[in-house]
Amino acid sequence: MQQICALPNEQSLAGALYYTYEKKEGIVLISKRQAFVWLSPFLVLMLLFFLVPLLYMLITSFQNNGTFTLQQYQTILSNSYILQGFKNSITLSVVSAFIALIVTLFAVYAIMKFSEPMRERILILTNLTSNFSGIPLAFAFIVLLGNSGLFTLLFDKWEIGILSSFSLYSWAGLLLIYVYFQLPLALMLLYPIYDGIQQQWKEAAALLGASTLRFWMKIGIPVMLPGIVGTFSVLFANAMGAYASAYALTNSSYNLVAIRIGSLIKGDIFAQPELASAIAVLLAVTMVLAMLLSEWSIAKTRRKL
Amino acid sequence: MKKRSFADLFFLLFVVYIVLPVVATMLYAFADKWNKTILPEGLTLKWVMTLFQDPAFMQAFGRSVLLASGAVIIALLVIVPAIFVIVLYFPKYEKWIQAAVVMVYSFPGIILAVGLIRVYSKFGISMILVVLGAYVISILPYIYQGTRNSLRNVDARQLLDAAQLLGASKMQAFTKILLPTVYPGLFAGALLSFSVLFGEFVLINLVVGSRFETVQIYLMKKLSTSGHIASAVVFVYIVLMGVLTFIIAKVTKKTKGATNV
Repeated sequence: MQQICALPNEQSLAGALYYTYEKKEGIVLISKRQAFVWLSPFLVLMLLFFLVPLLYMLITSFQNNGTFTLQQYQTILSNSYILQGFKNSITLSVVSAFIALIVTLFAVYAIMKFSEPMRERILILTNLTSNFSGIPLAFAFIVLLGNSGLFTLLFDKWEIGILSSFSLYSWAGLLLIYVYFQLPLALMLLYPIYDGIQQQWKEAAALLGASTLRFWMKIGIPVMLPGIVGTFSVLFANAMGAYASAYALTNSSYNLVAIRIGSLIKGDIFAQPELASAIAVLLAVTMVLAMLLSEWSIAKTRRKL
Repeated sequence: MKKRSFADLFFLLFVVYIVLPVVATMLYAFADKWNKTILPEGLTLKWVMTLFQDPAFMQAFGRSVLLASGAVIIALLVIVPAIFVIVLYFPKYEKWIQAAVVMVYSFPGIILAVGLIRVYSKFGISMILVVLGAYVISILPYIYQGTRNSLRNVDARQLLDAAQLLGASKMQAFTKILLPTVYPGLFAGALLSFSVLFGEFVLINLVVGSRFETVQIYLMKKLSTSGHIASAVVFVYIVLMGVLTFIIAKVTKKTKGATNV
């Protein structure tokens, strides 16, 4: 049907046109030159502001004064300060992703029982707070828990010992902030995965005599598991690449990979571009692995649902 | 029943945790004196007034709007036609666009900043333009999603074929049929992109620095000098984000309703 539809145009524009035959989509009409004209601005921008900088960074990481060397990577492996930055970032990312994942798994379970309009409102609220990150987020936590924060003063007044010794400008403080910006993302990733669990499955399981708990243990969670793993790795990558809130809160004093890179390239003084590039390449490799894992798991979930 | 209340507890925790910092900061922007009590002792408009009377803030706001909307407009002009051409005429290459989307999404500003500085700092071209270019590419995932979802919903190829069969030119079919169908999704994607870029700090701070003071950089400066002014900035920021999120939600809902029919 579609092929017949496309034919009149095909004949009237014959000669100058480039045909591609697609099995399902009919005959496609666009000249090669036309396609190129529409595509090239995008390709140029993609090259100039994404591919070339990243490629150049990769090359730079193998250089020292213009000669090829693995020295930058050796420096990283022998520098305990940089290694500690990696360790801190990985710990912070794993722990924050894990906490956000657990809280959100239960929260989404509860949300699924609400009415449709209520669920929509919750999603809008979550969307709004997903924009609340970086500097504004760090500031909000300073207002709550900083040196003269609202809760800090309250804890002092009530003399709650453990809580009043809490410092926002530490690992624990960063963890609170990281968990905060992980939560909305976790919800947006887990919601569709829960949504894919069909009501019929539950009914079928219940008819066959399975309890709710048994349904989730034997069917629900196994079906969702790749999706949950995928969500975890996206959250992990999200935290690994975060820079602004840690920078705003600790003013570069807390040792994270992103902070290390930032302090090596800050402003016009480009102190050690080769070393900064090598650290950035290692960070990029970590994140690409995490994203590949998530792509793979999400594809696996889709097949199941 | 017990399990239900257990999950509800986590839900409550979730909501309180994401709402509390927002509410506290907004309240702080209007608090007269707030250091001994649970709620502020008095409310005042003076912080917000002071902020709006500060020309530095108004300029920073202007710069942020200019940079973010500039990037979104360029992205609409450059990325959208490319997506159309690929999706409609070369569907087998769509996986390349998807790969680009995943890559752009995977590389955070902190990594991209290293490469951008390395390549462009010695050419003497304006680093603001470099950041603008990087912004255009960084919103590719949102623009792609916005366009793609609408195209998938309507089977755009069939629509175009039908329009051309009925005698419309390719341009007419594009502007009268295709553009109106993808417009809501694209509009939501554009607003989302704008709000993401409006809050961007890493690239602008590392690549350009305080020479081009956006709202985020202004806020960073106020962080150490005046808590109340800083919270007034955050208040303005949240209100703006709230309005944008609300419009996006409305538009998206309308799109869904329209395509379900």
